[in-house]
Amino acid sequence: MDFKQIQELIKIVSKSELAEVKIEQDNFKITIRNKDASQPMITHAAPVYASPVLSAAPIAAASPASASAAPADANESEGPSAGGKIYEFKSPMIGTFYRRPSPDKDSFVKVGDEINTGDVICIIEAMKLFNEIEFEGRGRVVKILVDDSTPVEYDQPLFLIEQL
Amino acid sequence: MFKKILIANRGEIALRIIRTCKEMGIKTVAVYSTADRDSLHVRFADEAVCIGPPKSSESYLNIPNIMAAAEITNADAIHPGYGFLSENAKFAEICAQYKINFIGPTAEQIRQMGDKITAKDTMKKAGIPVIPGSDGLLTDIEEGKKLAKKIKYPVILKATAGGGGKGMRVVWSEDEFEKAFETATMEAGAAFGNAGMYMEKFIEEPRHIEIQVAGDKFGNATHLSERDCSIQRRHQKLVEECPSPFVDEALRKKMGDAALKACKAIKYQSLGTIEFLVDKYKNFYFMEMNTRIQVEHPVTEEVMDYDLVKEQILIASGVKISGKIYLPRQMVAIECRINAEDPTKNFAPSPGKITSLHTSKGFGVRVDTHIYAGYTVPPFYDSMIAKVICRAQSREEALDRMERALKEFIIEGVKTTIPFHLWLLQNEDFRKGNYNTKFLENMDFTQLGA
Repeated sequence: MDFKQIQELIKIVSKSELAEVKIEQDNFKITIRNKDASQPMITHAAPVYASPVLSAAPIAAASPASASAAPADANESEGPSAGGKIYEFKSPMIGTFYRRPSPDKDSFVKVGDEINTGDVICIIEAMKLFNEIEFEGRGRVVKILVDDSTPVEYDQPLFLIEQL
Repeated sequence: MFKKILIANRGEIALRIIRTCKEMGIKTVAVYSTADRDSLHVRFADEAVCIGPPKSSESYLNIPNIMAAAEITNADAIHPGYGFLSENAKFAEICAQYKINFIGPTAEQIRQMGDKITAKDTMKKAGIPVIPGSDGLLTDIEEGKKLAKKIKYPVILKATAGGGGKGMRVVWSEDEFEKAFETATMEAGAAFGNAGMYMEKFIEEPRHIEIQVAGDKFGNATHLSERDCSIQRRHQKLVEECPSPFVDEALRKKMGDAALKACKAIKYQSLGTIEFLVDKYKNFYFMEMNTRIQVEHPVTEEVMDYDLVKEQILIASGVKISGKIYLPRQMVAIECRINAEDPTKNFAPSPGKITSLHTSKGFGVRVDTHIYAGYTVPPFYDSMIAKVICRAQSREEALDRMERALKEFIIEGVKTTIPFHLWLLQNEDFRKGNYNTKFLENMDFTQLGA
């Protein structure tokens, strides 16, 4: 892929709803992440046939900001506040994610808040039922990965939590 | 016509449905468990929603999760495929409640035909021959023994909520009765949560021959002739063919008419299959009705040149069927189910990563599959990984073609039942069409060559 093609690709991705595009060719690999991806759910999948392999991330972690939102699956990355292991709090169900108990009230949690077992951190609504999602353990909210009122799927990362 | 269909299934059937939807210009939503993240149906669909962890009960069988997925994607219809929730009346009901079209019959029809005893009763009333047996559930062993004496041994005890061959016991004589009854009851309770048993005359040298039917929302019904599914192992079908080598025109007419009567009797609205047991004297008896699309639907499609999934969607959207009956002209089609199992180890499941793959191709060969090189066959679901369907202008040719096709099917990383199918295709009785559901019983494949 030459420089012009890469430029074109960047233009296309940034205009699209895709969160992330990965391309692998012989000895060339490129990942382009979209800053403003706002639809966490939609997959526009290209059929998996000829190379180059084009794969769109099936779950868009719709974070408004940077690459530090990369899945911290098993690693012990040092978070913004010293020491604790950072992990993703994943959605236990499918539905629409709400940060606050009702539109006129404050968010359940904000970045920096310390949370403990039993604290309600968000609501996920499905089929007219509002489910309060409770946190378990002790942690600090490092980042909120999903916008208010967006659909989320099972296992989708919702929060980055620093374990305390 | 529907704008967006959510496919509440996985594997090859999910792909099958997605393909037809694409051709019809309908958007598709795939649902998947975390174990199926890299599955092909997820990539082919326009949208995909993760609905739970690997366990079926928490994902593909989880009604709230599937309904939530339909809600957030604004799907206006759900196609349940086969297995999973396809014959779950409660699910069909919930879809109706939430104004999402369930691509299948009504909840009431599912319920009616789902209960084996109610189904049998309904068919009896409609004048369709049924297997002699108990009038509903057996209350106790004594009643069973009395009835067995009347209808004469051998008899078979079956679980009313049963399927997949569980909760069934054949009884050859009175002294075996008590023990058979006790173990069958226990198995049924454990597998289905319902220990109710009924009894039937056990048909000897039975052939499993089913009729594909279709009914619309206006009371019209038709059929697309038969499929022979007698080659089974532990009541699981392995090979199917259309037409049946055992069925002549006269029998086809009789069975077809009976199937139509059955359909009209319950005003069935969707695609379905009426399963019959046919004895060596060409007497046929209603066994059960499957109110869903079946795994083996491709053999009918290949012979009749008809897209059955498309028909399902059309019927569900309120289109009238023509009422034309489809009879086999010259074409013959055979399907071999390729499972990720090792036939030499008693068909033990063989999940794992497929390291290389070349599927059968060429004239008259169709492969319905969701696997690809690099795909890991998960251990959580059904072991079927591909269906190879061959069509030709004669049965002989179709068998030869299947042999050629299977020899060309290369798969490494998992064991498959291909060696078994190759053995079958060389078997003289099978080649002559002389087989019934007992064919594979007591056969040992541990020495099967590679």
